[in-house]
Amino acid sequence: MENLPLEGALTVTFVRSLLAHAKIAGIDATAAEALPNVQVLTAADMDLGPYGPPPFPGVNPGMGRPLLAVDRVRFVGDIIAIVISDDRATGVDAAELVSVDYDPLPAVVSPHESAKDEVLLFPEVGTNVAARAGSPEHDEELFGECEVVVSGTVVSQRMAPCPLEPRSAAAEVGPDGRVTAWLSTQTPHQDRMVLAGTLGLDPAQVRVIGPDVGGGFGAKMLNVEEVLVVWLARRLGRPVRWTETRSESMVALPHGRAARLEFTLGGSRDGKVLAYRLEILQDCGGYAVLGAFLPNLTGLMASGVYAIPRIEVEGRSVLTNTTPISAFRGAGRPEASQVIERAIDTFAAELGMDPAEVRRRNFIPKDAFPYTTASHANYDSGDYEGALELALRSVGYEELRDEQRQLREQAATTQLGIGISCYVEITNGIDETEFGEVEITPDGGAIVRTGSFSHGQGHETTFAMIAAERLGLPLEKVTVHKGDTDEIAKGTGTYGSKSTQIGGAAAGLAADDVLELAKQLVADYLEASPADIVLDPAAGRLHVAGDPSIGISWADLASRASADERLAELKAEREFKAGPTFPFGAHIAVVEVDTETGRVELRRLVAVDDAGTLINPLIAEGQVHGGIATGVAQALYENFVYDEDGNPLTGTFVGYAFPSSADLPSWEAVEMETPTPLNPLGAKGIGESGTIGATPAVHNAVVDALTPFGVRNVDLPANGENVWRALQEAKE
Amino acid sequence: MTQIVLTVNGSRCEADVEPRQLLAYFLRDQLGLKGTNVGCDTTSCGACTVLVDGESVKSCTVFAVQADGCEVTTVEGLAQGEELHPVQQAFHEQHALQCGYCTPGFVLATISLLKENPNPSEVEIRDGLEGNLCRCTGYHNIVKAVQAAARAGAGA
Amino acid sequence: MIPAAFEYERAGSVDEAVALLGRDEDAKLLAGGHSLIPTMRLRFSRPSLLVDIGRLDDLRYVRVNGERIAIGALTRHAELIRDPILREHCALIGEAAALIGDPQVRHRGTIGGSVAHGDPASDLGTILLTLDAELVARGPGGERTITAAAFFTGPFENALEHQEVLTEIRVPKATGTYLKYVRRAHDWATVGVAAARVDGRVQVGLTSMGPTPLRARSVEDALAGGASPADAAAHAADDTMPPADASASSEYRAHLAQVLVRRALEAV
Repeated sequence: MENLPLEGALTVTFVRSLLAHAKIAGIDATAAEALPNVQVLTAADMDLGPYGPPPFPGVNPGMGRPLLAVDRVRFVGDIIAIVISDDRATGVDAAELVSVDYDPLPAVVSPHESAKDEVLLFPEVGTNVAARAGSPEHDEELFGECEVVVSGTVVSQRMAPCPLEPRSAAAEVGPDGRVTAWLSTQTPHQDRMVLAGTLGLDPAQVRVIGPDVGGGFGAKMLNVEEVLVVWLARRLGRPVRWTETRSESMVALPHGRAARLEFTLGGSRDGKVLAYRLEILQDCGGYAVLGAFLPNLTGLMASGVYAIPRIEVEGRSVLTNTTPISAFRGAGRPEASQVIERAIDTFAAELGMDPAEVRRRNFIPKDAFPYTTASHANYDSGDYEGALELALRSVGYEELRDEQRQLREQAATTQLGIGISCYVEITNGIDETEFGEVEITPDGGAIVRTGSFSHGQGHETTFAMIAAERLGLPLEKVTVHKGDTDEIAKGTGTYGSKSTQIGGAAAGLAADDVLELAKQLVADYLEASPADIVLDPAAGRLHVAGDPSIGISWADLASRASADERLAELKAEREFKAGPTFPFGAHIAVVEVDTETGRVELRRLVAVDDAGTLINPLIAEGQVHGGIATGVAQALYENFVYDEDGNPLTGTFVGYAFPSSADLPSWEAVEMETPTPLNPLGAKGIGESGTIGATPAVHNAVVDALTPFGVRNVDLPANGENVWRALQEAKE
Repeated sequence: MTQIVLTVNGSRCEADVEPRQLLAYFLRDQLGLKGTNVGCDTTSCGACTVLVDGESVKSCTVFAVQADGCEVTTVEGLAQGEELHPVQQAFHEQHALQCGYCTPGFVLATISLLKENPNPSEVEIRDGLEGNLCRCTGYHNIVKAVQAAARAGAGA
Repeated sequence: MIPAAFEYERAGSVDEAVALLGRDEDAKLLAGGHSLIPTMRLRFSRPSLLVDIGRLDDLRYVRVNGERIAIGALTRHAELIRDPILREHCALIGEAAALIGDPQVRHRGTIGGSVAHGDPASDLGTILLTLDAELVARGPGGERTITAAAFFTGPFENALEHQEVLTEIRVPKATGTYLKYVRRAHDWATVGVAAARVDGRVQVGLTSMGPTPLRARSVEDALAGGASPADAAAHAADDTMPPADASASSEYRAHLAQVLVRRALEAV
């Protein structure tokens, strides 16, 4: 939004809490307001209620977040006051001068501690438990028939999403009283509805524009800052603009993961898994937002790719005095995969069996789909064994095991680890609908209007390809429009890896409709029957079947229709709704572990990711590459950490270990396509697959390297000190 | 306020700046060159990378006053009319950008890298770009783009 | 973020810089800016006056000076890496400089600025301490030479008087190696170890093991007494105060120091 001209816009700077948990005894803005044209606003200046929590079933409605802290702050970064200034530098100067009188309260940072309900974030609610998932009922005999039972814990550590563009928002009220908001978001249409609802406006009075957005990864959905920016534009009667700094974003943009996963897995001595219990303790952060609901997705996907007859899941989501947890690339499914893959490897180690073989003995077979798991997910299509075999061949599994054997015999300082991860994930997970409209332009091209909102995913190309193919138009003649709620009638935005399969499908169906409408118009012009009109896609021409010489090109049709004022007939819109699809794959990681320092280097990562039909393989692969990097980052580098008082210790890119190109290898992405029957494209989502597959592969590889030393587990990030500690503990 | 005179993308530029104004914000706010992006506040991410006297520099860690008398090149100064710079062309062809926010910084860092090392190995490329962060691409296609640019003689 | 406001002066000479520093007790020197400006952006540092010495090109040089190498304080890291005299006579300096930050930082950061900033995580500080370097400063009273051992007085502190400007750094001809353990390639050292042969004696320095760069004197004494690298390295953490932070615990740093000292001694 810094790129928008916006004449006369004021700058918004937020004053944020420096304490994790405190009452606000007083706010003194005198020194700040002494700076030229500075105004400071607090909760006393507004009468809007709390924001959220989102209406997910089971989430305690009493744990919403005030737009501005009223009498209490609940995490470092909670907003206390708003500074309005003419420019950014004055805003920073003034924000520093706002003096906040805090009455500190004890801070609770560990969900385990918080669950004791001794330090309450919402005393009036009486508990810190924001939501529950699954069932607290345990069958004591769940593992009764299991010859072998293993258990363990995976802590899926807190991560910061770190889109390279921090958030930015701007808003302006027009002369007609309508407000236009430019937001760095993933969900322009949903934002419009929520803004209208929160501010008590008719949605028709609100326009949201999503311009170029520099990455989102699930974290950029409407938050209190954007609501405040729009509220300010209306209150002040001037355009306003806000851009967060990176340090601000590191505490103010919601975090991801932060789940403690305890597993018990049992089966027979020949490697067949019979029962699995998963207990999830989800950290919500200071307010209940989407994070509170994630254990439901984790529990749904608990079974992974395995035919496990009996599964029990219990989840609790608990508030802590930390940044709220929301969706982050995978949102609940990486956690499921991280724990089941460690459980399977732990089971394999206990049995003394090859981890690939144990997996083979438990895959849901290729011919068993559609398949309903014991954790209630209905998988559409899959070939899990095929993915694993392809990955094993691609990585050269046997040769690697040979190399590992030699290094073990030599007792080499640097040991080799090979880790397998077989995953399945759920995309379009809440059965959404997407909007697509296609119209022919006067010059014989086409515009696709989509309710999806690409912020790096390349829909501008993919959806254009879908329409171009169906209409027989060259790609350059099809443009994709998105992001402006005034131009696009409806939409849900982009998250959950759903856009191609519902947004692309809707655009495809709308294109099909436009083709039918075009046939009718051509039939009219040629005095033929529409049933006799066919498209020659290579030539971009509609003609009488059997006689190509009697026909009209798109360009001529558009031109003629324009002249006759009938061009509007060549326009169609569709909404497409479908159930979830389940992409899957197998990743194999090869790591080198320095057993003296604990340092891990990822040598190779082979990734087989099957997302059904790929419209644009280059773009799909790009999504996989980026997803893998985030998955590896969780396995080896990143960890957002607080001290016991709730002060963030990793609040900048210096402290938070976001890896660079020098810290990662190139990937080996292998294609596999098992289409889904659930949409006309045969496509599943792919945006989060790389992340979900990669973390467990690397995690398992590190543990695998250290097996000769008696190591059974390494905490994430499985690198450096955590490796050293695991080796130390194994010696004891 | 201090007066500075510098060359930006080949054009002479005279301006009055507050000493605390960082080069990145000078380029964006005073010259309207919005292609240089600010992604962090700890000199880590490199999205703000420009060339100063031919070398890659993080413009968020240089005051505009320090650039007085210098030649600055931003991403806007790379294409020749409709023709993309070979590095830009390589990034485009190799699908080395997704959201695009980090891309101008990577392109300029690459130009500087190839100037100093026209035929880098993969390790040298990865190390040479350690000052630029990307969340979308996983770096895989960025490395391929640099290799393609090197083959096209972009460092010559 | 935006730094707090300050006055700005450009010095045309070292003497002018010295005089300008005298104007204000909260004045600071600006060289490459890549240690100072990051602290100003986060407002950890708020100098009221910046004296810019970045254009004093006569402080950028590497020369042989008898048995020593003289390095101008404003020589940039990228220049240290490529310099042929350093490569021949004291490659350790360029080897350490190549591990600092990233290429963009190395294009601007200077040896004088980096060392004077006094970060206990500074690689070059450790190298200079290991080499028993001499640092030359000019102040209102003239020029003086400070030994590296006396230069680093505390975290982000040094022995320079307020108005003194570092002009030159003198190092012996020496061979050696610098091992730097990092989480990510461009990070500050979790622990760094320098081992150098100076006039036939093996000297060892440590990064990020205390409030300043440190000499591992117990290791050196053990070696001088005939100990093997492994036995000498067991003393690596003696008399150190490794910090605990988000990157590593004190215990792990002490362990890394032992491993890296052993490896450095085996290489030197």
